[in-house]
Amino acid sequence: MTEEIIIAGFGGQGVLSMGKILAYSGLMQGQEVSWMPSYGPEMRGGTANVTVILSDERISSPVISQFDTAIILNQQSLDKFENSVKPGGLLLYDPNGISRHPQRKDINIYKVEATTEAAKMGATKVFNMIVLGAYLKLKPIVKLENIEKGLTESLPARHHKLIPLNLEAIKKGMEIVEIVHVV
Amino acid sequence: MKELRLMKGNEAFAEAAIRAGADAYFGYPITPQSEVMEYLMAEKPYERTGMIVLQSESELGAINMVYGAAACGKRALTSSSSPGISLMQEGISYIAGSELPCLIMNVVRGGPGLGTIQPSQSDYFQATKGGGHGDYRLIVLAPSSVQEMFDFVSLGFELAFKYRNPVMMLSDGVIGQMMEKVELSEQQGRLTNQQIDELYPWATTGKKPGKERRIITSLELDPGRQEKHNLKLQEKYRKIETTEVRYETLHCDDAEYLLVAFGSSARICQKAMDLGRSKGIKIGLMRPITLYPFPYSIIEQLSKQVKGILVVELNAGQMIEDVRLGSHDRIKVEHYGRFGGMIPSPVDVLYAMEKQIIGG
Repeated sequence: MTEEIIIAGFGGQGVLSMGKILAYSGLMQGQEVSWMPSYGPEMRGGTANVTVILSDERISSPVISQFDTAIILNQQSLDKFENSVKPGGLLLYDPNGISRHPQRKDINIYKVEATTEAAKMGATKVFNMIVLGAYLKLKPIVKLENIEKGLTESLPARHHKLIPLNLEAIKKGMEIVEIVHVV
Repeated sequence: MKELRLMKGNEAFAEAAIRAGADAYFGYPITPQSEVMEYLMAEKPYERTGMIVLQSESELGAINMVYGAAACGKRALTSSSSPGISLMQEGISYIAGSELPCLIMNVVRGGPGLGTIQPSQSDYFQATKGGGHGDYRLIVLAPSSVQEMFDFVSLGFELAFKYRNPVMMLSDGVIGQMMEKVELSEQQGRLTNQQIDELYPWATTGKKPGKERRIITSLELDPGRQEKHNLKLQEKYRKIETTEVRYETLHCDDAEYLLVAFGSSARICQKAMDLGRSKGIKIGLMRPITLYPFPYSIIEQLSKQVKGILVVELNAGQMIEDVRLGSHDRIKVEHYGRFGGMIPSPVDVLYAMEKQIIGG
């Protein structure tokens, strides 16, 4: 099994940390993982993206142009990466702030109202975990218990008290993900 | 149980320095290698092993602090990125001339000048052909994974001390910034001053009564003696060339076409090779691990077997000159590269192979 994912959105949305948690979780279940961020003059409000690969085999290139899954969190990223999803692949997005929705007919498209839901939960910071939950509902590539281990490993100890809230957000994301178009 | 961690290449390098029993790291921040010192400062190795971490006033300061520490037989290292490495060239030349061991990592970014902060391999010539003045060579290791960013630190120190020669790790923004699984090795102890004194008869540890003075210098005004020193250096480089060549070959046994790439490019090429093989094109990959000494002989051998070679680099064509030397122009050798921080995809590399080598 190899899953090649791009996660793209605004800096500050938790794009890189969502990728990091996925990578850690893969590591916890004995997989090969790579996490390749966009880096440089990125800032809160600018665009940020990360390529995460989980595989049962040695990972060749950490840099790829075609993805099994694209998790898209703003309009610029949708415009940039919609065509990079492999035919039959998955595109998951948060429709908040999106005016031009995905057009492709040869991929599976789902949406998750994560921005709205995070506001309802009164915890905007768990936005990325709601998105992660939606993704894991569609592709259960890592077990929830390994996500918990991944959170423990990737978060500094002072934030460990927030793990239950993050797990709740993941479960919420699993509940609210909706089909837009399936092949 | 092996200790596994998910780390950035830069962090793995920093952790490896502590575990290799390094005595001192001197550096000055620059993207994309700033995590090295950030990690070291946060990790406080002076509490773990007594290793010193110091942010110098400039890259010139850093390399000359390395020079001083190395002269005392200490395991010293620094890291920077392209423009910073250019600033260090004078010091590196002095260290090479004085025959001192040290480890220097260049996390290459695009140039020339301040260029870009995105990944590049445009410092191949500078690293392998002696970036500073004078007739000298660095041993150059090219890591292509986060694991190698870790492993090559202790290997680098081993080679540096074996040959009393500076070793450079030529990495890039991809390998420095990405995270992968790393298997950590055990902590090695730092040498005591007495051990240094006994192991390294050249180290300036303070003149003892009845013992010869130990002098470290790169200055020799007598041309006869300077030439002798040059010949001695050249003899050392020939020895390095015969004993320290390292490379990796993948699917070369039945290969009809060959990709040659190092570092991050080699990772991209590996996927391109897999894509090609799934289409029935017999592609092999040769990845030099030591860029100096360059693996000329395997290139020569493979050039008698394959129909063409594509050299893939994140530059305008530098290592290709060494590949051509190795292949003796027996077959077609072409270059494919992106620069300025652009990174080709595996699909781009396969397309270049089909168009420039197979079709051409």
